[in-house]
Amino acid sequence: MEIEALMLARVQFALALGYHIIFPTFSIGLAAYMAGLRLLEYFTGERQYRKAFDYWLKYFALSFGMGVVSGVVLSYAIGTTFGRFTEVAGAVVGPLMSYEVMTAFFLEAGFLGIMLFGRERVSPLVHLLSTLLVAAGTLLSAFWILSANSWMHTPVGYEIIDGIIHAKDWFAIVFNPSFPYRLAHMVLAAMLSTTFVGAAIGAWYLHHDKHRDFGIQTLRNAVIAASILAPLQIFVGDLHGLNTLEHQPIKVAAMEGHWETGGNVPLLLFALPDQAAEKNHFEIGIPNITSLILTHSLDGEVQGLKSVPPEDRPPVAPVFFSFRVMVGLGLLMLLLAWYGLLLQMRGKLAAAGRYHAVMRFTAPIGFIAMLAGWITTEIGRQPWTVYGLLRTPDAVSQVSADKLITTLILFAVVYTGLFVAFIKVCRMLLHKGPHPDAVKSGIVHDVESAQEPAS
Amino acid sequence: MNEELLPLIWASFLGLSVALYVVLDGFSLGVGILFPFARDKRTKDTMMRTVLPVWDGNQTWLVGGGAALFAAFPIAFHTLLTALYLPLMVMLLALVLRGAALEFRFKTDNRRPWDIAFAGGAITAAFCQGLVLAAYVQGFGEVAEASAIDGLTLITPFGVFCGISVVTAYAMIGACWLRLKTSGGTRSWASAVITKLVPVVAVSVIAVSLWTPWLVPAIAERWFVWPNIAILSPIPIWTGGLLLALFVTARNLDTADVVPFLLALGVFLLTLTGLAVSIWPYVIPRSLTIWEAAAPANSLMFVLVGVLFVVPVILLYTAHAYYVFRGKVGDNEPGY
Ligand code: HDD
Ligand code: HEM
Ligand code: HEM
Repeated sequence: MEIEALMLARVQFALALGYHIIFPTFSIGLAAYMAGLRLLEYFTGERQYRKAFDYWLKYFALSFGMGVVSGVVLSYAIGTTFGRFTEVAGAVVGPLMSYEVMTAFFLEAGFLGIMLFGRERVSPLVHLLSTLLVAAGTLLSAFWILSANSWMHTPVGYEIIDGIIHAKDWFAIVFNPSFPYRLAHMVLAAMLSTTFVGAAIGAWYLHHDKHRDFGIQTLRNAVIAASILAPLQIFVGDLHGLNTLEHQPIKVAAMEGHWETGGNVPLLLFALPDQAAEKNHFEIGIPNITSLILTHSLDGEVQGLKSVPPEDRPPVAPVFFSFRVMVGLGLLMLLLAWYGLLLQMRGKLAAAGRYHAVMRFTAPIGFIAMLAGWITTEIGRQPWTVYGLLRTPDAVSQVSADKLITTLILFAVVYTGLFVAFIKVCRMLLHKGPHPDAVKSGIVHDVESAQEPAS
Repeated sequence: MNEELLPLIWASFLGLSVALYVVLDGFSLGVGILFPFARDKRTKDTMMRTVLPVWDGNQTWLVGGGAALFAAFPIAFHTLLTALYLPLMVMLLALVLRGAALEFRFKTDNRRPWDIAFAGGAITAAFCQGLVLAAYVQGFGEVAEASAIDGLTLITPFGVFCGISVVTAYAMIGACWLRLKTSGGTRSWASAVITKLVPVVAVSVIAVSLWTPWLVPAIAERWFVWPNIAILSPIPIWTGGLLLALFVTARNLDTADVVPFLLALGVFLLTLTGLAVSIWPYVIPRSLTIWEAAAPANSLMFVLVGVLFVVPVILLYTAHAYYVFRGKVGDNEPGY
């Protein structure tokens, strides 16, 4: 297929995925938090948990709804844009996605209604269980889809018959080598991103001197969670990188901007990778650190990009930069979380005006790091769709460029419009604040009948 | 388990998913299609509340069907999506709008845009499903031929007619759902809508049933030769009977409210059975049979284990969710 259509197909798929994954990230993290709140409410009976649960429920409904509709698009977009891939790898990836639908999507859908609207209709125990099952569903969904995705990075347990990939060993396929790391890293990414939304919202209320009790409760929980999750994420990320080095050394070389195989590899803080000239410009680095990180010895040898022919190398610049964005934001999150923890331990978190003023802007950083991570991972896999087995140009559908343009524009318009609406409604919910009478009326969905006294 | 049987089991599961999708999302979309015709804002709110707790689960059958097709018949998945690229993409975007409207509408002060997204999304999605259906029964050959199809050529008179038929049929079952779930003015309005729509649906069922064999000789051979015609005749006869019964019971406001819905359900299942008869044994009509398109037995087996254990559980808790939200939706019930 011609280059133009190939690029369009990839842009369209990346847009659809990049859009979708924002919402699952929030849904997974928030579902876990809300499950915790619901459990606390059930066992302590305290009103504050109910109030917080009802507050987050509205964000959750929105995020989940957006996740669902954009996900439905994805499940078909995989076939419309990467049709050859579905044909060649369908026998492996299709079953994994089927399990996702059966064990996760139906579960989420079956209990979401009760979680959102069923409080008055079922016993507290059933409502608690429904909330837990929805949270479990989001994790199961991550389990299966990341298994499928990881298999595309580290394919094992298959055989190729007549150009079609056949499954041989399902256990090996599901638990393929990069899967445990990717699952842990992504689930942590979801939790961590969500804690920063919580921290930002809590800080916003404190900064504006509204709903102080709710604000400090939310900020405190978020800061404590983030100060555990952030270092954990960095630790898992390091393990993930070592695993990638073992299975996809060229991807790691691209992440590090490392061209020549050799020892004493510096850690580049900045550089402009030049694909054509096969080198970097304006390198600023710390000597030997990459060798140290990747091989645990200062002069350890690291395979360079030039060890494979140019057509087998991923585009270096996007991988190099997105990796730096992810790691940089990861370190920033650690810093912010630990500073907050310090304030909390000194009993100053509630009064730390400057900290609130900064934290209220941090809601997007987890999501940016998460997207940067996916860009690293997926572009780093290029030129392969299934690593070592199926090249991307051989994976796409035979759809013409003009059709792709039409749908790409439609997508861009609808998705942008919805995203703007999503942000607007979230801001409205933010300004409205937690509902003081939520417990009495059980109103969660109707703004009109849920008018609260101006506060 | 032998290689003959597995694809057959999978085809049945696929059929089940499609049927459940069409019936369940059919009524959710139907409520959206009727939305612009509702008298006032209160009615609209009530209408939306009837589907809020269940629409996600209903729509999941579309994902289930897609995943089953992907896993069990990958070549067919590829062919179908390539051939029907444009109508499918437009349908998906329409479903995005419809779904977003359901989640956003009650949370904003400005409901107009969401009213439009809800109804427009539902109407567009239903219409595209009709276009897809029309193109599908006519068949489109192998992938290479399929990729050459220009989206606009799918807009034939037959395609448009099928599109409109699906819109009206969904509206009809949507009205039956509203009759079941609402009371007072909304309920009698829904009943009046059903009686208006039944004749339209009857005409379109007859028209499609005659038009299809006329366009596709192979389908004519399936239906109009002896002894098939005798064996298959119960399908059209029962469809007619159920539609008549639907007309009568909908007019009578004293019949139990679940009756029209069950009758509409029967009509849908019968027409789908008719469709299955027309395309059997193909998954891509007249170019790929279910055996030719089937994935390797190993993959079919792997998922089948899940299907056999998990799907009954899914059906159970889905039924539970419907049970929890049973009964009428009050005009001002706050909890929704
Ligand atoms: C790490 C997790 C993760 C990743 C990588 C993906 N998803 Fe997703 N997806 C979820 C986590 C998730 C979720 C948490 O389960 C969602 C999001 C929010 C939600 O409402 O459920 C969901 C919803 C969701 C739905 C709607 C389910 C329904 O109808 O209830 C579909 C069809 C998909 N996804 C499909 C995909 C496909 C085809 C992907 C990749 C190619 C994909 N998702 C990546
Ligand atoms: C700061 C230390 C971090 C390190 C060392 C690190 C390491 C890595 C590596 C090596 C990969 C690529 C793996 C591969 O493609 O095989 C990756 C991917 C990814 N990262 Fe990070 N990461 C860090 C922080 C973060 C943070 C803070 C987030 C988000 C909040 C994040 C989210 C992701 C995501 C979503 C992916 C793609 C999915 C995957 O392959 O796991 N990472 N990370
Ligand atoms: C959810 C987070 C994900 C994000 C943000 C993401 C992002 C991307 C991006 C940016 C590309 C384009 C790379 C390029 O063409 O240069 C891509 C390609 C692709 N991804 Fe991912 N991805 C994600 C997860 C997945 C998952 C879970 C799967 C499959 C189960 C998947 C399957 C694919 C396929 C089939 C392609 C196209 C072939 C290719 O370009 O390699 N992705 N993705």
